[in-house]
Amino acid sequence: MIKTLTRIPVANYSNLKARAGYSIKMDDKEIALFKISNGNVYALENRSPHPKGGVLSEGLVSGEFVYCPVFDWKISLIDGKVQAPDDGQVTTFQVEIHEDIVFIVL
Amino acid sequence: MKKLVMIGNGMAGVRTIEEILKTAPEQFDITIFGQEPYPNYNRIKLSNILQGDTNFEEIIINPLEWYKENQIQLFTGEAVVKIDVEAKRVISDQGREVDYDELIIATGSNSFILPIPGADKIGVTGFRDIKDCEMMIKSAAQYKKAVVIGGGLLGLEAARGLLNLGMKVDVVHLMPNLMERQLDPIASHMLKNELEAQGMNFLMEKETVEILGDERVTGLRFKDGSEVDADLVVMAIGIKSNKEVAKNCGIYVNRGIVVNDFMETSVPHVYAVGECAEHREMVYGLVAPLYEQGKVLANRISGLVGEPYQGSITGTQLKVAGIDLFSAGEIFEDGSTKSIMVYNEYDGIYKRVLTRNNLIVGIVQYGDTKESTKLFRMLTKKEDISGTAIFQTECGTGDSNDVAAMPNDELVCGCNGITKGAIVEAIQTQGLTTLDQVSHCTNAGRSCGRCKPMVSQILKYTLGDQFDAATAQKTSICGCTTVSREELVEEIKAKGLTSVKEVMNVLEWNNEEGCTKCRPAINYYLGMIHMDEYKDDRDSRLVNEKMHANIQKDGTYSVVPRMYGGITTAADLKKIAEVAEKFNVPLVKLTGGQRIGLFGVKKEDLPGMWEELDMPSGYAYGKTLRTVKTCVGAQFCRYGTQDSMALGIELEKKFERLDTPHKVKMGVSACPRNCSEAGIKDIGFVGIDGGWEIYVAGNGGVDLRPADLLCTVKTQSEVMEMTGAYMQYYRETANYLERTSKWVERLGLKHVQEVLADHETRKALNERMDKTLKKYIEPWNEAIQSEEIQDKYYVKHTIMAGSETK
Ligand code: SRM
Ligand SMILES: Cc1cc2nc3c(=O)[nH]c(=O)nc-3n(C[C@H](O)[C@H](O)[C@H](O)COP(=O)(O)OP(=O)(O)OC[C@H]3O[C@@H](n4cnc5c(N)ncnc54)[C@H](O)[C@@H]3O)c2cc1C
Ligand code: SF4
Ligand code: FES
Repeated sequence: MIKTLTRIPVANYSNLKARAGYSIKMDDKEIALFKISNGNVYALENRSPHPKGGVLSEGLVSGEFVYCPVFDWKISLIDGKVQAPDDGQVTTFQVEIHEDIVFIVL
Repeated sequence: MKKLVMIGNGMAGVRTIEEILKTAPEQFDITIFGQEPYPNYNRIKLSNILQGDTNFEEIIINPLEWYKENQIQLFTGEAVVKIDVEAKRVISDQGREVDYDELIIATGSNSFILPIPGADKIGVTGFRDIKDCEMMIKSAAQYKKAVVIGGGLLGLEAARGLLNLGMKVDVVHLMPNLMERQLDPIASHMLKNELEAQGMNFLMEKETVEILGDERVTGLRFKDGSEVDADLVVMAIGIKSNKEVAKNCGIYVNRGIVVNDFMETSVPHVYAVGECAEHREMVYGLVAPLYEQGKVLANRISGLVGEPYQGSITGTQLKVAGIDLFSAGEIFEDGSTKSIMVYNEYDGIYKRVLTRNNLIVGIVQYGDTKESTKLFRMLTKKEDISGTAIFQTECGTGDSNDVAAMPNDELVCGCNGITKGAIVEAIQTQGLTTLDQVSHCTNAGRSCGRCKPMVSQILKYTLGDQFDAATAQKTSICGCTTVSREELVEEIKAKGLTSVKEVMNVLEWNNEEGCTKCRPAINYYLGMIHMDEYKDDRDSRLVNEKMHANIQKDGTYSVVPRMYGGITTAADLKKIAEVAEKFNVPLVKLTGGQRIGLFGVKKEDLPGMWEELDMPSGYAYGKTLRTVKTCVGAQFCRYGTQDSMALGIELEKKFERLDTPHKVKMGVSACPRNCSEAGIKDIGFVGIDGGWEIYVAGNGGVDLRPADLLCTVKTQSEVMEMTGAYMQYYRETANYLERTSKWVERLGLKHVQEVLADHETRKALNERMDKTLKKYIEPWNEAIQSEEIQDKYYVKHTIMAGSETK
């Protein structure tokens, strides 16, 4: 099976501020983009898996984690896993960076 | 290395592993399977969670790092479904197979669910794990009426929790007396009266025969034909050992998995411990005996010669605020027993000790359980009581004397079987100085927590002159550090630390970038200490303060502009109306703080709205001054003695934007009729003829508290001076996120009054306050002016997909 990968340019790397979250709307998806202190960039679905939801882009970023701003769940930016004692997983998206352009691979 | 596998990741099992790690470190390659998706947590505290005293994070006993550090392979959310005792292998529901040399079964138990029609409806639950607890909390948010079946320990704790969650609660009990297995009828009645006073409703001697409803429960039917309504049914009638895995694999089971005095089952190399185990025909449901079993088993598995387990006598307490009871051993008289009793109906105290042949065989205490540890020791140690006074006389001896007189072998922590002697020894040999450390080294206080005051006393007594109350109670700011608030403030001052990052670096935070608890707190303390010199770290603030708007459940925000003293103009109202219309604001509401809130605003609309409103932020989201409610007062009202509106406006204009440890609300009334509810505000002002009364530490929120009179002053400028000093003292000494009501209770009103009585102190406090107030700028206006802020916080980027394909 041939799988088409779509690479969507979403931001200029140098414009992203560390430890800030950006919300990006693409078609029907809303994605939260984070640049962390070590310079890595991560993209997740912009919604906490808590039953009452909540966006992630406004959460506090610490190392490789973001805290859901509404119910304080701690979520890994790397694999989207919610940390104990809570449970769940957020969809993550692959990020590629070429010549200062940040792409999200769908 | 030998392979040790454990099924069940709960309290008894993991304690056994802890003991094994102590007695035989690095002897085993350990694998644990846990059906629940969590590391080991303190099940006992589920009651406290329900009652709102703690949260899930705080009840974790062994965090995931602990498993990592001890090289334990943990599979959570995975149940073992089969044990192949021939091949010595377990198989999980995910098909994972793991070989063992030794196998511990620690599967605990399940709630017993009545086998009646309707028991499977939505809204029917047991009370056993986090999932049950979450379900109850969720139901309480949506529904009104709960029925708890079972008037025992668990049922009553569940009922109290549901009351705290705002539900109406009926407790259904089969017997004529509550907790009839632990209490005699007198104690049981006193308990029932107290719980009724707390708002519980009892349906006694009722047998539930059916649960009514379609998909979701709507009510219960009893054997006598009567019915009650219910949106939520909690069954707390008992537990049933979780023995299925063992049974299906040929291990001998009865009520539980049957074990001998060394916790060995009928199959070699397979052991059982905890609520799933049956020992000498007893299955225990409290941690104290289970931890004893764990110790015996740890010795056995490590190959040490240890004492056999010979069964335990257990003591019972109820974890419900306002109720103090203890029970152990036999409760009912027979021909051979003699009772010793104290019954003081007036003070609500009842104690009865049952004796046989000069030995204590049963204890029931209600209302005063101070002697319970002593009596329980006499019971378990079978001490002859002839010639000893069972109950102390009224003239109370000082607390530390009690500790001094306490024999070394007296049990202090019932849950963990820790004696006074063990605690004293740990303090002396390991140089412990805090309660946290004692808990950590000895396990005392790590379960229900009831013994903590006594452990503190022992710490104080053992350290003597070296005891330092402040350090002893020391609790660290959060899991990222061991530093307490006091130390943090000291260190920031002494080392001249100036940024959140620097604080975490220099003080060696174990988590480089902190968490949602410490970062906002550090940011606050830095701002408080460095007054006007500190550059606020916006990204260390939580969402509401970072965005200068309150986030709502769907990710939209609210906009609440200032309306000083609740006073507005026709022009401002028009402007608000126009903005609401232009931006399609879904809800325009008068808030409880005398102003108008616009709710449901998209984040990208915030700067635009603020610009059109052209009003300052009302900070309805901040740890700062919220509103100053005023009454109309002397300008219009026939009773008014003072100009309450003018004072309210002056206060709000002076203190708006100031960072405080928690939010601060004020109210100003012009006479004691108190139409602005100044009596439940952080600071309230009541006009009287020729002056103002200043009330403090009121709270209208979770812990309703009427305010106390701080002082009475004559003029408006004195009001401002006293308020400035009071607020600054709060800013400098409160813990972050401590409301003024809790702060005053901690420090004592008298202390605060004494500090503020001194003119020089007040002057110095006000100077620091004024210096701090200089630094603030209006945040909405700042956002409108700054593209950088807008881009970082308020823009939502919309991108058309499909731009590049590979
Ligand atoms: C809007 C308002 C309700 C209303 O429709 O009237 C409100 C709304 C919220 N309150 Fe409140 N409170 C509002 C008046 C009150 C009052 C009444 C008062 O101030 O006179 C109280 C009780 C008085 C008190 O605080 O002592 C009150 C006690 C609370 C509490 C409990 C505080 C406590 O210490 O017990 C919280 C939770 C907290 O702060 O941690 C809270 C938290 C909240 C939050 C911020 C919850 C949150 O974090 O999202 C709500 C924000 C809703 C939103 O979407 O913006 N709200 N809240 C009121 C805003 C007043 C204003 O103009 O600023
Ligand atoms: C609300 C409440 C309040 C309480 N209050 C007190 C109190 O005040 N004092 C007191 O002493 N005790 C109290 N208890 C009792 C105490 O919590 C229990 O006695 C204790 O937790 C039992 O420990 P355990 O390890 O035997 O079982 P558990 O702690 O239940 O652990 C067993 C674990 O094994 C898991 N498991 C089961 N089967 C499998 C399988 N096949 N594969 C993998 N995992 C499996 C379960 O999911 C569970 O997590 C209370 C209990 C509750 C529910
Ligand atoms: S508090 Fe007193 S002055 Fe103010 S409105 Fe009420 S009655 Fe009038
Ligand atoms: S008595 Fe329960 S923790 Fe000490």
